[in-house]
Amino acid sequence: MSAIANTRAWLDEHFRLNEVIAFLRHKTVPQHRYTPFYFLGGMTLFLFGIQVLTGILLLLYYRPTPNDAFESVQYIMTRVRFGWLVRSIHSWSANLMILTAFAHMFSVFFMRAYRKPRELTWLSGMGLLVIVLCFGFSGYLLPWNTLSFFATKVGTDLPAQVPVVGKWILVFLRGGEDVTGATLTRFFGFHVALLPGLATLLIGLHLLLIQRFGMSVPPGVDAEWRANPAKVREMPFFPNFLLRELMAWYIALGILGALAALKPWELGTKADPFASAPAGIRPEWYFMFMFQTLKMIPAKVGIVNGELLGAVGIGVAALVWTLLPFFDHSERGRGQRLIAGVGVFALAYIISMTVYGYLAK
Amino acid sequence: MEVFLGAGVFASLVSFLYPVLRYLIPPPTAELESDLALAGKVGDLKPGTGKIFRFGSRPALLVLSPDGQYHALSAVCTHLGCTVQYRNDLHDVWCACHNGLYDLNGRNISGPPPRPLETYEVIVKGDEIYARRAHNG
Repeated sequence: MSAIANTRAWLDEHFRLNEVIAFLRHKTVPQHRYTPFYFLGGMTLFLFGIQVLTGILLLLYYRPTPNDAFESVQYIMTRVRFGWLVRSIHSWSANLMILTAFAHMFSVFFMRAYRKPRELTWLSGMGLLVIVLCFGFSGYLLPWNTLSFFATKVGTDLPAQVPVVGKWILVFLRGGEDVTGATLTRFFGFHVALLPGLATLLIGLHLLLIQRFGMSVPPGVDAEWRANPAKVREMPFFPNFLLRELMAWYIALGILGALAALKPWELGTKADPFASAPAGIRPEWYFMFMFQTLKMIPAKVGIVNGELLGAVGIGVAALVWTLLPFFDHSERGRGQRLIAGVGVFALAYIISMTVYGYLAK
Repeated sequence: MEVFLGAGVFASLVSFLYPVLRYLIPPPTAELESDLALAGKVGDLKPGTGKIFRFGSRPALLVLSPDGQYHALSAVCTHLGCTVQYRNDLHDVWCACHNGLYDLNGRNISGPPPRPLETYEVIVKGDEIYARRAHNG
């Protein structure tokens, strides 16, 4: 017997490997015109894996104090061999992960994959999206540069507008009244310990739920298949779907490498808490629509404080979006059209405000 | 029996969580808040320029207006806390983060800022310029 066959026999004897493989072969993925969208979740997971690996490498040199943070990232970028590559891949894959997470969310929304019994899968996915955004926000501060310093000031001041608990949230996030070294230490803790722990738990739950309920088939396709069962197409998860997914990951790795090599992530200038915010300051693209919204709300709207309206408005919109699947009872008809309309509006709003944010002075 | 058991479990949960919650909020720092701060020296600024100085633990702004008047204000934007700057092309104080605008008396005149900036009294002693917090009442 060859070494591979021996290993396989040993694994089967100890862990019943053949049963696992048989289970994977039994699992199928629906095959229809929207199948490519099924790859988005796996792609987000792959990019998360890249984040974990490059993040561990960055930890070997990074120092989370206001005196050392900027210099340690500078050291990684200029002195450590391939440090620039590791840091650039970490930053680029973070951005691509947020992009694929948003794309995954909207594809699930428009394919109505959140319908009963998959509401919990949707909720766990929304929780993961929030965690991914928190990863982006906390990681952004770690190089301790000017842009990240002011982005953190604005971002942590926003929840402070919420009545009663706002001040408590601000102090909890900043580790004090102002953005200081205490904030950096806290964000570092969130970024490398708290958020990865929460993400691991939620990813486990999300995958478990997907495993439990299988892949959702969009209602339109489902109706066609019910009318004509001969049209039903499925492919085995293992190896057919998994190999396709691996190919997509391989391409993503190539894109990541190319982006990191051709457009290394910039470091900017070291944060100075006693300097003015520079002209043209703006947040990362995924927060741009919120930034532009806040910029456009005047100081007072009627008798309501503009800041409060912005903070509460964003919170309520996010909550309604998260709970929307629980209102989707109809198979077709007015309710369904309304929900689809809300989805189109949300997507159009995010895109147009992002573009406007980059074009506006 | 169930009530006692439930209350016991609840009490132990509270006793675990309370220290954690208290731990998350940092102890208050003894702020060495002074009412007076050195803002700069005469000759530091040309007319129509401004500079940031430390007022306690927060940034503040000293402006020498084109007509030769000194103005001292808090540099913390009342909208979402960014640090403002003087813009001579506007003759006003501007926040780059959300385009808020204040006049040299700290009044919020356009954009999202909801309140005026705190202003300080300027005292010139020899070649040193000080900013002093005005006490109302």
